[in-house]
Amino acid sequence: MRPPGDMLGSGRAMDSERETIGGVFREERARMLATLIRLLGDIDRADEGLASALEAALVQWPTEGTPGNPRAWLIRTARNKAVDSLRRGALFEEKRAELKMEASSSSAAALDIDEEPVDDRLRLIFTCCHPALAIEAQVALTLRTLGGLETEAIARAFLVPAPTMAQRLVRAKAKIRQAGIPYRVPDPEELPARLEAVLVVIYLVFNEGYAASSGIVPLRREICEEAIRLGRLLVELMPAAAEARALLALMLLQDARREARVDRDGGVILLEDQDRSRWDQPAIREGLALIEGTLRIAFPGPYALQAAIAGVHAQSARAEETDWTQIAGLYTLLDELYPSPVVALNKAVAIAMVAGPAEGLRRIDALAASGALADYHLLPAARADLLRRLGRWREAAAAYRQALALAGNQSDRRFLQRRLIEVTGLPGPN
Amino acid sequence: MQYMLLIYGNEEGMKTATPGDREAMFKAYGEFTASIVKSGNMKAGDALQPTATATTVRVRDGKTLTTDGPFAETKEQLGGYYLVEAKDLDEATKLAARIPGARVGSIEVRPIMAMPADYPRPKA
Repeated sequence: MRPPGDMLGSGRAMDSERETIGGVFREERARMLATLIRLLGDIDRADEGLASALEAALVQWPTEGTPGNPRAWLIRTARNKAVDSLRRGALFEEKRAELKMEASSSSAAALDIDEEPVDDRLRLIFTCCHPALAIEAQVALTLRTLGGLETEAIARAFLVPAPTMAQRLVRAKAKIRQAGIPYRVPDPEELPARLEAVLVVIYLVFNEGYAASSGIVPLRREICEEAIRLGRLLVELMPAAAEARALLALMLLQDARREARVDRDGGVILLEDQDRSRWDQPAIREGLALIEGTLRIAFPGPYALQAAIAGVHAQSARAEETDWTQIAGLYTLLDELYPSPVVALNKAVAIAMVAGPAEGLRRIDALAASGALADYHLLPAARADLLRRLGRWREAAAAYRQALALAGNQSDRRFLQRRLIEVTGLPGPN
Repeated sequence: MQYMLLIYGNEEGMKTATPGDREAMFKAYGEFTASIVKSGNMKAGDALQPTATATTVRVRDGKTLTTDGPFAETKEQLGGYYLVEAKDLDEATKLAARIPGARVGSIEVRPIMAMPADYPRPKA
């Protein structure tokens, strides 16, 4: 977590006024930004306006006292600052925007910002996750505006140079502006598809933080927390959306294993080998409560099914007690309703736990023969594991080598390396 | 006969052009446009926003697929166009998805660049 004072920039020692302002700002930042984007019609203008308003607050609040409604004060000040800077600007584009804005600013001024029926953050979510933007741009924009993460932090989390990430954000904002991507919650008939896109973005953020454990662990943790925070926000804003609840449940149930899934050197510990006493029980309880009853509907969504699978694991006190029949059943349903090669692979692994490694191997070989997942290291890794359990050492070693050739991240590689040594009895080649 | 004159150019070149170059280009376009308005040849014409603002729309199995970026399939060729008024990109995308060609080919949705009010135009 970032200290609230970070928002104020570094410099002088922080006094309590600063802390108050910083706290208000951190808590309310996304909401204020979202409202300002609606009032000003542009993300950058809203962002800059908010920054100037904060500077003004730092000067005025300590001497004149904190206003009764700090949020309203900051929004009003930010809007005025943005309008002022527009007036100073002489560019044709800005002049035009100014005229358009002034026409609507009187009604905006009359409008009580807290009386809006729709939380502006929901508009912002749907604009950031608009399908006309590239998925990487959707992710970056969501983290920058709703998460309030600095461009540098997003760049580090996604392992791209900061200027690349900055450029990505600039392009995305330019497209929103120039192509006329609307700032609104989609109509009911478009909503299911658009909500799906939002869920994809949030889960992508979560996985980015969850998957690779190389390098900057605290940052990855922050990314996971950010995804869960976004998931909570979506549930708060769309309480009727079952799949939003299911996604939050899925993230909580997976994140509950955080402390137990990585060893001291950052190596992956498999589910079956984890110290389950280190699982986060409150997170598990919260996750399970969120999906209670969701599987009783005729066609549960993909996140509900995945959360249910994570829920079965979470409720097994010991690996041997895992109800694999139930998990295999859930994967079978998932594969029927939302087929994908990755789901088929997981289904094969679950079936191997029920019907034996030979049956799992038969299914995985069929999947490999189809040509799907040719670059996915977890396919040969799963195959290797089943061969190992069947005592077919040489074939297992070959499959581990194949997986190693495809695995990108260090902790996955270390794990595969270790298994390779186990099955060959000798240190394997890199 | 009516003819469509499609203008291709290097966007990167435009980006690196000096303000002077750009102004000269803008002026040259203004003069050309004014001349074909005067001669009666001009039916319609617009500058497009750069390809970074483009969205490609396809309809497959009844589902609208929207992707960021310009049309990039070299196996398909330009076959027609519509100029439409829409309140935002969502409305434009919905119109694009209704074009029969969207079911077999692709529709590139590109915003038109706004021109100053005094830019030469043919009489309606």
